[in-house]
Amino acid sequence: MKKNCENAMKAEFPSLSQNEALARALVSSFVMQLNPTVSELADIKCAVSEAVTNCIVHAYRDTVGTVYLSLKSYSDRSVKIEIKDRGCGIEDIASAMQPMFTTDREGERSGLGFTVMESFCDKLRVTSKPKKGTKVTLTKSLSRLCAN
Amino acid sequence: MDFENGSVKLTLDGETLWAHIRGEIDHHSAKSIREAIDTLLASSAPEALILELSGVTFMDSSGLGLVLGRYTKATEAGIAFSVTGATERITKMFDMAGLDRIIDYKERNTSK
Ligand SMILES: Nc1ncnc2c1ncn2[C@@H]1O[C@H](COP(=O)(O)OP(=O)(O)OP(=O)(O)O)[C@@H](O)[C@H]1O
Ligand SMILES: [Mg+2]
Repeated sequence: MKKNCENAMKAEFPSLSQNEALARALVSSFVMQLNPTVSELADIKCAVSEAVTNCIVHAYRDTVGTVYLSLKSYSDRSVKIEIKDRGCGIEDIASAMQPMFTTDREGERSGLGFTVMESFCDKLRVTSKPKKGTKVTLTKSLSRLCAN
Repeated sequence: MDFENGSVKLTLDGETLWAHIRGEIDHHSAKSIREAIDTLLASSAPEALILELSGVTFMDSSGLGLVLGRYTKATEAGIAFSVTGATERITKMFDMAGLDRIIDYKERNTSK
């Protein structure tokens, strides 16, 4: 089935922790146009929060850099969300994506961000180059609209 | 858009320290919530710490870290730790993280 991109939006913001809530609010507003269920919207907000937080705490650990957010919605009611940084990158993506894997030294991170993204979305793709940056692509298909 | 930055209200009830958390728990808000709880936990040395989560409207893995971190701190200090008021959404997060193996967050006394 051919699917057309129906709407799109881009945003970029500095990697400051107060922008985690901002990113969730932006994505919510965008997805809201498609009438998602409460649980679909909560899944998307949570997955986006994980990816954006990772840019802030890992990619730009000791600096402030730019986080790039791109949103697209398609005629088949799928939503594609890209979260990109030009930070430190990931050496070994497969290990990083394992549940409980974390490079955090302060000890309050549980290493479950990728696990959350994977279980709350239909597709998760991670590409990364050490010292260049990381791109996380989340895809979620929303259920059919029911007449109400 | 209704979102409220996560915050915590602490009350000491006898030997029990209650932490009523509300709003959105993410990496940004977790820091001050963590500091507030840990400060009072150290100064009041209670017998039990209860995290009350019924007012939490959003939580990601930073919230899991907050809960697990308090669990570890309390347990190491010999303080009984529990969680109450977990909504359906938060229960889903806890289940996914496998927290049910170490923390009892499912309400048992559901009417009847
Ligand atoms: N954008 C990124 N740039 C660089 N490294 C990253 C990035 N995202 C993730 N990582 C690496 O992958 C690891 C796993 O990420 P994940 O989100 O699963 O766990 P965490 O962030 O360590 O902990 P949690 O998300 O549970 O708080 C991180 O510890 C970090 O080493
Ligand atoms: Mg993370």
